[in-house]
Amino acid sequence: MTATTRRSPLLTALTGIVFVYSLLPLFWLVVNATKSQEGLLASFGLWFADDFSLWHNVKQTLTYDDGAFLVWLRNTLLYVVTGAGGATALATLGGYGLARFDFPGRRAVFAIVIGAVAVPGTALAVPTFLLFSKMGLTNTPWSVIIPSLVTPFGLYLMWTFAAEAVPVELIEAARIEGAGELRIFTRICLPLLGPGIVTVLLFSAVATWNNYFLPLIMLKDPDWYPLPIGLDTWNSQAATAGGEAVFNLVITGSLLTIVPLVATFLLLERYWVSGLAAGAVKE
Amino acid sequence: MTRMVPTIEGRTRRVAVAGSPRAGRRSWAGLGFVAPFLAVFALVFVAPIAYSVYLSLYRTRLVGGTTFVGAQNYADVFADSHFWSSFARVALFLVVQVPIMLLLALGVALAVDSGRLYGAGAFRLSIFLPYAVPAVVAVLMWGFMYGPQFGLVAGLNRTYGLSIPNPLGPDWVLVSIGNVVTWSYVGYNMLIFYSALRVVPAALYEAAAVDGAPPWRVIWHVKLPAIRGALLIATIFSIIGSFQLFNEPAILRPLAMNAITTDYTPNLYAYFLSFSGQQYNYAATVAIVMGVFTMIIAYLVQLHGMRGIGDQ
Repeated sequence: MTATTRRSPLLTALTGIVFVYSLLPLFWLVVNATKSQEGLLASFGLWFADDFSLWHNVKQTLTYDDGAFLVWLRNTLLYVVTGAGGATALATLGGYGLARFDFPGRRAVFAIVIGAVAVPGTALAVPTFLLFSKMGLTNTPWSVIIPSLVTPFGLYLMWTFAAEAVPVELIEAARIEGAGELRIFTRICLPLLGPGIVTVLLFSAVATWNNYFLPLIMLKDPDWYPLPIGLDTWNSQAATAGGEAVFNLVITGSLLTIVPLVATFLLLERYWVSGLAAGAVKE
Repeated sequence: MTRMVPTIEGRTRRVAVAGSPRAGRRSWAGLGFVAPFLAVFALVFVAPIAYSVYLSLYRTRLVGGTTFVGAQNYADVFADSHFWSSFARVALFLVVQVPIMLLLALGVALAVDSGRLYGAGAFRLSIFLPYAVPAVVAVLMWGFMYGPQFGLVAGLNRTYGLSIPNPLGPDWVLVSIGNVVTWSYVGYNMLIFYSALRVVPAALYEAAAVDGAPPWRVIWHVKLPAIRGALLIATIFSIIGSFQLFNEPAILRPLAMNAITTDYTPNLYAYFLSFSGQQYNYAATVAIVMGVFTMIIAYLVQLHGMRGIGDQ
């Protein structure tokens, strides 16, 4: 921007409204995670109750229902590491292949994959469920991991990123030296693709961590639930006959669920912002 | 942060290599890199689509088993008032929620990019944060705030004697869902616009500054045309998202049983047809019809957007 740009209190205040809107529910969550079940009902939502029960809530969340929360956390981590990790690996390999090679059907691959972005994910869910149930995969971790492995948007992002970040001369030079294609990729290109990989990894990690519909239909056994499904069952429990209302645990569990994601985004901001900016060039 | 903002050179070089004589030699190595993605893609995209087309042509009855019915399921969907009312609802949602969300996102992106904000980095990051919140948690939080028990709305009504209508009643629940979706995705769209604004060539601004153009003219004539691609992508993603509306109403449903019916959105309808009614064939047909509608509308928006670019 030009040096003459002056800061504007009015514009800051206007943007501040959206800022408050964005943070208000998170503030609500933090405040209410400190309340006991009774405190939730008795106190005003946007301020603390007299009793401070955060540590008690955290302890109870982790141990309630024979430590179900920790089992769900383990499952979520399993799905994120394998699902999002695998999705990033496939998108990186594929994006690099599309950006730096010419092969028969390359254009067709690209058209089909971009077309797939427009296919409603939930429209695929029912037939995928029926197919997987024929293959005996439903109610196993595979039923959640395998569909998470494909991210057309991730492939698109890696394709645009690789096309900008990996100079062709570098590959040419390595080929003249006699290096194999796989070696060129792992030794030379992979380091250059860093910010793109972090971006795709973060966004597919969020997608997997937050996935609701897919595990909802695929899994029947609570021992394989990821965190969002588990929290949803705790929340619905109050509505069932004889079910115990554990809203304080739902709220504290929700807070514990989002803390790792928010922390990761904050810590890695530098990488994914530049990765996104590179992806934006092609648009 | 601008360390990795790439140059345009890469693209022209790539074209040159594609035409080089050695391109043919390398051809199959490239496919090798793409093959793992394509294999899983075939399993989780192509196979389910093919299978649902197959399912949609058959019908299973208690008596008589599974029979081929041709286009009968499609005819039934087009004559199904449940389907059309759910479609009308997401269409209304699309027409109202998507413009509000995208304009809000664009406004924030322009403000953050303008360099006229105090603490722009904090704004950018904080407004994006809701994107990292799972839909389940987002709906639970807003649901508690909406709720009659210890909700914020109930608290405000009680404390200040207000009469804010029940956000989970039949009249307002679509607005309440729209609010949750807007909250979740404003920051994400803002970031897409902001990323595109960051890479607008500085020369364009300099030319406008030399002309003495006021800020709103720079926005209208320089910035918006320059990020038209990002606007188009965000619009198409939002259209797809609206037609797919499922998570928010499904999770909110226990709190608003009367307002959110089983045919509230097309996806909710397909879900209940499958998993409560065991009508897999009909559910597959609903899903296909919705998928085709989505693609047609996304395609029309794209055509419209492209024609706009041609006008420049």
